[in-house]
Amino acid sequence: MPIEFETPKPIKQMQLMLKTVADEMMRPKSRYFDEHEHEIPWDYIEFMHMAMKAIGGSSLAPHKNGSGKDNEEKEKRPPIEYQLIAAQIESLAWGDLGFYHCLPGGGLGAAAVYAAGTPEQKAKFLGRFNGEKPTFAAMCITEAGAGSDNSAIRTRAVLDEKTNEWVINGEKIFVTGGDKSFTEYEKLGKGYIVIWATIDPSAGRAGMRAFVVEGGTPGVQIVKLEHKMGIRVSDTAAISLVDARIPFDHVLGSPTVEKSTSGFKGAMATFDATRPLVAASGVGVARAALEFLKEKLAENGVQVRYGLPRQKLTSIERDVIDMEIILKSAWLMVIKAVWMADNQKPNALEAPMSKVKAGDVTTKITQKVVEILGPLGYSCEFLAEKWFRDAKITDIYEGTGQINRLVVARQILGYSGSELR
Amino acid sequence: MYSFDPTEEQQMLIEAVGKYAENDLRSAAHEAEESCELQKNLVSKGWELGLLQASIPESYGGFGERSAVTGVLALEEMAFGDLAGTLAVLTPGLFAMPVLLAGSEEQKQTYLPKVIEGDWSLYTSALIEYAFDFDPNELRTTATLKGDDYILNGEKAFVPFAKDAEKILVYANFDGSTQGFIIDKNTAGLTVSAEREKLMSLNALPLYRVKLDNVKVPASYRLGGASGHDFELILASMRVATAATAVGVANAAFEYARDYAKEREVFGVKVAQKQAIAFMLAEMWTEIEAIRLLTWEAAWKLDTGKEDAHIEAYLACTGAADMAMMVTDRAVQILGGHGYIREHPVEMWMRNGRGFAMFTGLAIV
Repeated sequence: MPIEFETPKPIKQMQLMLKTVADEMMRPKSRYFDEHEHEIPWDYIEFMHMAMKAIGGSSLAPHKNGSGKDNEEKEKRPPIEYQLIAAQIESLAWGDLGFYHCLPGGGLGAAAVYAAGTPEQKAKFLGRFNGEKPTFAAMCITEAGAGSDNSAIRTRAVLDEKTNEWVINGEKIFVTGGDKSFTEYEKLGKGYIVIWATIDPSAGRAGMRAFVVEGGTPGVQIVKLEHKMGIRVSDTAAISLVDARIPFDHVLGSPTVEKSTSGFKGAMATFDATRPLVAASGVGVARAALEFLKEKLAENGVQVRYGLPRQKLTSIERDVIDMEIILKSAWLMVIKAVWMADNQKPNALEAPMSKVKAGDVTTKITQKVVEILGPLGYSCEFLAEKWFRDAKITDIYEGTGQINRLVVARQILGYSGSELR
Repeated sequence: MYSFDPTEEQQMLIEAVGKYAENDLRSAAHEAEESCELQKNLVSKGWELGLLQASIPESYGGFGERSAVTGVLALEEMAFGDLAGTLAVLTPGLFAMPVLLAGSEEQKQTYLPKVIEGDWSLYTSALIEYAFDFDPNELRTTATLKGDDYILNGEKAFVPFAKDAEKILVYANFDGSTQGFIIDKNTAGLTVSAEREKLMSLNALPLYRVKLDNVKVPASYRLGGASGHDFELILASMRVATAATAVGVANAAFEYARDYAKEREVFGVKVAQKQAIAFMLAEMWTEIEAIRLLTWEAAWKLDTGKEDAHIEAYLACTGAADMAMMVTDRAVQILGGHGYIREHPVEMWMRNGRGFAMFTGLAIV
């Protein structure tokens, strides 16, 4: 197919629908849940679960239930599943970034299963998200001493050969949706968390594995819910594991330590798939902020005159035009990265690059919007100040802007991790 | 649907243009810039690629169809070789494309076959004016109707090949809107400066001032005929082209700096192994890719006649000017002292880089 930029119809329809959801279910509650941290937005969660069931399922993993039917008859059209997901996330984040994280489904936990699990594991762990009740899964990588450098993970999994169970000890922090995934709420289906741990500390990355830990597993405890700068409606949990026992076949991929880093690469492959999606969420917040600014400017009779040379523009016009340039181009980079994923083209450069760009753009735009709006921007009467706070996380999680620069730099220079540290 | 794959034909064109850019333009660029002369045969060789000819339908003597997307892909590739050479090769297009896009049927029949038949020929165009707040939509050069003729007054700057040109498409302000007028170079009242323009870069491209002192233009020489034309589409096509050349130059600077950084040793490692440099390169490539995609989208919107195509073209062009400045500046920075020495091309690209904020009018797709 030649170069084309027509938004596919299914995406357009979905955007229209999610605009309504944002206007009706998210925006009116944005402020309340920002001010009532750790309250769970049940109405929204239940509504979204029903809505998603109605349109045929949720889950971040592009294949809905792990039954492996990759190629069906309607193969003729180019696949757009990742594009759909990216556009969906952008739209939800336009409504409210925190609410987007409360979207029921497998999230990053399911994405890890999808990236590193066996067919049996996919069938077992990816099917549950379309059940009667909304269900969550979460990914647990970060530890107090292992953030961007997640090869420094200390959480340990040891095989008890008598019972053929893994015994896991350690503590995970910054688990997005950890509470909803692990705690057995009556209104939720049984979820799980995916724990990254080492089965051989001397093996470094080669010893790293991901383990599916079912909600409510004894020995596992939510020890803290963080108080954050933004996205407060989304819970961020610290989870401790003390002699937690899980079945042998809950380790994703190979249980033996080979002389390879395939387990670790499993985690990294998850990132190639999810980084453009996080970038998409940033673009959504930035678009919300920029659209709000333009609305307020129009209300106040300030016009933006497109087409004028820079020398003739007012400072505000210049800022708005610059923001449109970076917002549009960031979105195109996201689209290109997910389009590549849809078409089985390796996107190990484009995925982190879209995240670098979106992280920059999202923080820059939300900060500039508050600045231009002055007291209106800074006041809690409007949501601009909240978007400013929400936005910052998009340049941090799923690889900080700096880590993604490192990944991009290695790609364009052809360097390995040891050549460019 | 979204798609980022050039067609097979476009791919072949990109390869052909790429070869010319590398073997001819790039290898001659330094000498051309130093001597202020384009190498002999350089332009006619570029002309043989048939970029303009392929944009013009058979009925007007060409062998293709205009596609802004194809144009953008080719321009990126060509400007990667050398900007001055690229703009020289493209000069007849400055005349032909507006005629194709906005000319009357009669004008198309008259001029298009002439411009594209045979060798690279001397048709050019004059848009830019010598004013700090130059605005293509509010020209100082005026056209007024007097009887059956238009009378043009004013001064144009940066007019490529004006001295040797046969015809110049001059843009002037008529009744508040920008209109093109096809003028024979020898028309009374039109004078081309004796000296070439001296600019910060583009030394090899012969650019001139053109004065218009009560130049009389018959009504039928107004672009589009008696009722004139819409300038928006022409301007948007110029802006997209400018953005594409900016991407090409930035790409050249990026690759040169990247390769240099992988060779150059500091403190026992390659300088590219230092995060301070590696991150600069990562950001350069990210910004190039961002503007490239925006430019492609603008070109696609032009091809498909989207309502906001002209706004997108403006955004792409504005963004490209910033991007090219940033990338070329960093390329010089990465080479350090060597970057400042004219033996390396990066300082020239940096001088090119600032120009994209004012080059609209020197290229069109």
